[in-house]
Amino acid sequence: MRTIPLDTVRDTVRKLYLDACYRLNDDMRKAIKDAVRTEANPQGKEILQMIYDNADVAENEWLPICQDTGLAVVHIELGEEVRFDRPGLKEAVNQGVSQACKEGLLRASVAKDPLKRGNTGDNTPAIIHLDMVPGDKMKITVGAKGTGSENMSRMKILTPSAGMEGVKNFVLETVTQGGSNPCPPLVVGIGIGGNLETVAEIAKKSLYRPLNDRNKDPYYAKLEEDWLKAINKTGVGPQGLGGSTTALAVHIEALPCHIGALPVAVNIDCHAHRHKEAIL
Amino acid sequence: MTGEPRLFKLKPPLRDSDVTGMKIGDKVLITGLMYGCRDAAHKNMVELLDKGNDLPVDLRGQILYYVGPTPAPKGRLIGAAGPTTSGRMDAYAPRMYDYGVKATVGKGTRTESVVKSMVKNKAVYLVAIGGLGATLASKIKGARVAAWPELGTEALWEFRVEDFPAIVGNDVNGGDIYRESVRYWAEKLK
Repeated sequence: MRTIPLDTVRDTVRKLYLDACYRLNDDMRKAIKDAVRTEANPQGKEILQMIYDNADVAENEWLPICQDTGLAVVHIELGEEVRFDRPGLKEAVNQGVSQACKEGLLRASVAKDPLKRGNTGDNTPAIIHLDMVPGDKMKITVGAKGTGSENMSRMKILTPSAGMEGVKNFVLETVTQGGSNPCPPLVVGIGIGGNLETVAEIAKKSLYRPLNDRNKDPYYAKLEEDWLKAINKTGVGPQGLGGSTTALAVHIEALPCHIGALPVAVNIDCHAHRHKEAIL
Repeated sequence: MTGEPRLFKLKPPLRDSDVTGMKIGDKVLITGLMYGCRDAAHKNMVELLDKGNDLPVDLRGQILYYVGPTPAPKGRLIGAAGPTTSGRMDAYAPRMYDYGVKATVGKGTRTESVVKSMVKNKAVYLVAIGGLGATLASKIKGARVAAWPELGTEALWEFRVEDFPAIVGNDVNGGDIYRESVRYWAEKLK
């Protein structure tokens, strides 16, 4: 067994959340820069360049990339040989989020209650996903999920007869209906299979793979490439103002499912695509 | 989407003639006052107007910017301050245009009732680029909370901006850049 102090977990979450909000990932930088070159609409090119430059302004002036610093979505892969120095893993994660929000001047964006609203004031509680894996390491991924893109995400349970085409149409429909709202160019995370709750979870999880890191199954890897091309023909373009760069990547994750169901979830992320990870 | 976009420099308060010549796709630089507000401040403003009361500040002829900034770091006036999704303010926008607001700034499409209200009131909707939180904050040279500080980021803000960039999204003739531009590009990319 290996012992990890929960203070380390707290400090890591704080650092990752801040880093995600203030520094654009290198793979996104590259993808946006490439898109400036390939975008067909001159206005779209200008917009992509502004998005690229904004990452520099954020880093140099130490301002968040975007004012919607999101819900903190924390994925933990916990090695089965890891134990902590005291109880309270979730509390440590939430402390990290709270400290990042207060000390790092993130926007308090969590309503205390969905109907009665109010504000928790420190972006807690985080959304926490915990997976047990073999080994004595712990991997923490913190996503800062803005709601412009989350609000345009959709899930549906199709019938098996809908097949691959049915899923593809649902994906394209989701992207075109979202239009400008989720701040394209997008990263599109797609979950297929599982059930009501797991299909949404794998769609979210797929977002946080390295950009354009293909699904290991060649069948799904091919779909990722084909659907990215199809999405980029919708005309939505940068910021929904028309053009050939609607998405920068499509990631698919699949799970076994009930013989009578074909669940699909499309989790959309904006061009800030904020997530950072660390291994303890 | 034909014709070169033109550049309009706006200095509020605005009159009809400042916006009636604009066409979708034209570029805009705003200098002077701009009022920041989103869901909660809109709810308060429309409640006041419905009761026949005055607003905390006279917004007739002014520009509303749909934004909820992050807190200001030490030595700065404001944190990141990019546009939020305008659609959430569609329920309130016709009321605000009827009252006399001349332009709104945000990101994303407006519903038909808002587009009609702009035509009726000779007003416009300007698109700011979503996700430019840091860049657009640097265009804000003055910031104060004009009303409802208890709403935090959702307060009514008064900003002094310099060369704040936007694109005409809906003009006084009912033009809609999102609809027309996406249709054009979808056809072109077939």
